Amino acid sequence: MKTKVKAFGLTAAFCLIGGAASAAECIAPANPGGGWDFTCRQIGKILYDIGAVDTPVQVTNMPGAGGGLAYTTVVNERNDEENLIIAASSATTTRLAQNAYAGMTADQVRFVGAIGADPGVIVVAADSPFQTLGDMVEAIKADPGSVAFAGGSAVGGFDHMKPLMILKEGGFTDITSIKYIGVDGGADAITQTVGGFTQAMTGDMSEVVSFLANGDIRVIAVLTEDRVPGFEDIPTAKEQGYDVVAVNWRGLYVPKGISDAHFEEWAGKLQQVADSEEWAQAMADNGLAPFTLVGGQFQSYVDGLVADINAMSKELGVIQ
Amino acid sequence: MDILSNLALGFGVALSPYTLFLAVCGCFLGTIIGALPGLGPSNGVAILIPITFTLGLDATSALVLMTSVYYGAMYGGRISSILLNIPGDEPALMTTLDGYPMAKQGRAGDALVLSGVASFVGALLATIGLMLLAPSLARVAFLFGPAEYFALYLLAFCTLGGMASNNQAKAALAACMGLGIAMIGVDSSSGLPRLTGGSLHLFDGVDFLVAIVGLFAIAELFFFIESHGKGSSIGVALDKVRVPWKDIFDTKWTMLRSSGVGFVAGILPGAGASLGSFLAYMTEKSIAGPNGGFGTGVPKGVAAPEAGNNAAAGGALVPMLTLGVPGSGTTAVLLALLMTLNITPGPTLFTERPEVVWGLIASLLIANVVLLLMNVPMVKIFVKVLMVPAWILLPGVTMISFVGIFSLTGSYFDMLMMIGFGVLGYFLRKLDVPTVPVILGILLGGNMEDALRRAMILSDGDVTYLFSSPISIGLWVAAILGFVAPMFLRNVLKKPPAITD
Repeated sequence: MKTKVKAFGLTAAFCLIGGAASAAECIAPANPGGGWDFTCRQIGKILYDIGAVDTPVQVTNMPGAGGGLAYTTVVNERNDEENLIIAASSATTTRLAQNAYAGMTADQVRFVGAIGADPGVIVVAADSPFQTLGDMVEAIKADPGSVAFAGGSAVGGFDHMKPLMILKEGGFTDITSIKYIGVDGGADAITQTVGGFTQAMTGDMSEVVSFLANGDIRVIAVLTEDRVPGFEDIPTAKEQGYDVVAVNWRGLYVPKGISDAHFEEWAGKLQQVADSEEWAQAMADNGLAPFTLVGGQFQSYVDGLVADINAMSKELGVIQ
Repeated sequence: MDILSNLALGFGVALSPYTLFLAVCGCFLGTIIGALPGLGPSNGVAILIPITFTLGLDATSALVLMTSVYYGAMYGGRISSILLNIPGDEPALMTTLDGYPMAKQGRAGDALVLSGVASFVGALLATIGLMLLAPSLARVAFLFGPAEYFALYLLAFCTLGGMASNNQAKAALAACMGLGIAMIGVDSSSGLPRLTGGSLHLFDGVDFLVAIVGLFAIAELFFFIESHGKGSSIGVALDKVRVPWKDIFDTKWTMLRSSGVGFVAGILPGAGASLGSFLAYMTEKSIAGPNGGFGTGVPKGVAAPEAGNNAAAGGALVPMLTLGVPGSGTTAVLLALLMTLNITPGPTLFTERPEVVWGLIASLLIANVVLLLMNVPMVKIFVKVLMVPAWILLPGVTMISFVGIFSLTGSYFDMLMMIGFGVLGYFLRKLDVPTVPVILGILLGGNMEDALRRAMILSDGDVTYLFSSPISIGLWVAAILGFVAPMFLRNVLKKPPAITD
């Protein structure tokens, strides 16, 4: 909310200059600096640059309860504002699926689209004995305590899920014996892994790109269907025999109460951003892979995802 | 020389009339933001980010503006600490301990100039350190695992005893209170909410800015009301503002040592400027010994935390630029700015985008000089604030605090909580329990607990893991000495209290 005052002032100023056009607002449900903030700022900037909106999109940071505060605010207080978009990602659906938003459910808003995804990765230090995903899974099977994972999300979060999904796929079921520490973001997780405090890092491609170029780490698996453009030498988990696909999509949701016409309008604008050169460049610079799903198609993808994660979380014992 | 040519490149990028103008604007805005209670460097920078887009600034100009605001806020925080005994932002907390007593002795001008110079020394040395050592220093972060971090925070708490109070037990009690408050919120290791009473507002814990403003500003207001507007501690004697050359000269070693301590604390990801100023202050306090007069308004007690927090601000840029790990809240915001400008900090930034890195370093140096020039002559303006009678000043400060906190969180709940902290602060002061350890508990408690929990997960609950590396053993030894030594030394060193300055 810290940018709100400024945003309000600027909005007022633009209204005075530019007539009655009302500015769109994008809520980033976190402090500046994270993925949601990036989504809002980048999409907001491109929306304005390509002329999809008349006035700059105002970004409001509303950190709280891992996105839960923004979610409840939108559902309870701002349910019919058609100029409002909210940044979302896999973390949003993971938490909704695990009932971590104080009883809120995924059908209380409308998911309007995703325009890019950060492929999940499993990373080890450059001098690690593990050359393939298989090496690591075998080592864990032999001694579950010997490999500790570090990731940027809390216990039970999406980063934690990734290695568990791989291990389940590899036939290892005692997932509660796997050590995982949640630290402050992917870069911190890499620092712990390069420092030798943990044996592997689980995170997103964007978090590891610059460390990869520097030679500190090796990515032993990327969790996508196919190898990621630009990183063709990194094998997928799938081709190593572990059929796990886990990407952190970046997208938006809008309030439930807006009309279908407004929903379609946002879907169309998002498609415009997805097709722009600016977004292609932003994706390339930040290690995102193309992943465009808008409108009703995306809504059904999200519904499926929530159901899957919910089932898996129960199986994993993260929720009852 | 590689560095000189790089620096020339940086100044070539940063030194144009337009960017200089931005630097001056940024420094001025930053100083004001820092000085206002409730508005710290991180929200200051966050508020101003949209401006860089609206103005259509390129990467370098945006960086110059934002780093000027960042450094400016680090300078500005000291002003309200010294004049009002209300820290302008969390790293300026330690400056209240000696800055305010010094102002009450009628040396407000001296304290402001001295702390301005100390800030300059700290920031300048840190920028030079960043310039010379950043790529190699980044490796330091790889040496710090959960066990080492736990020992580091333990060191901070162990040296806390007796601070800001004559009674160690009361200081310890206050620290425990802070640690307890730090436990509120979602537990990061299990994802379960603790002590939240089911309220979503408490899921992220208690924001320390809310606590600071409540414990200092609101509590002050209650005292003011109690005394019916008379005898408030606000309203200190004024003297002519001149440059206290003698104090500056006397504190030169303090400034240099504190800059070193602060810089190292800044480099460690997550430790940040608050820990930097705290460790700098405690180091100087222990060097000066019990007769150093720390806490009563000595120049060294003003110079140490200011040099420390500004050096830490520069140090925090090291892990941000070289690893992409922000060392403090503000650098997290700067990281966001860089990423929106499509610059991804990380190990390759120095080689791939030298114009950005060296432009940034050049702009830090420029901002620093601008701030020194701005802060020393302009100190009179800030001292003039004191001429305003307390019955205008205090409600004004309170109002600004409320607006500042509301702009930060946008939640009425935080307003109520702030008043709650005000009540707590009022009673604590009545009972002569220091409030600074409470804040430090809130500020560092969460990190300390996370470090312990992570260490326990990695070691299967094996306690010896906490002493398993030379670094952690060293920190433990220092922590235990810091805790035990004062108890014995107090009797051994019982000399007549000397007036040191």
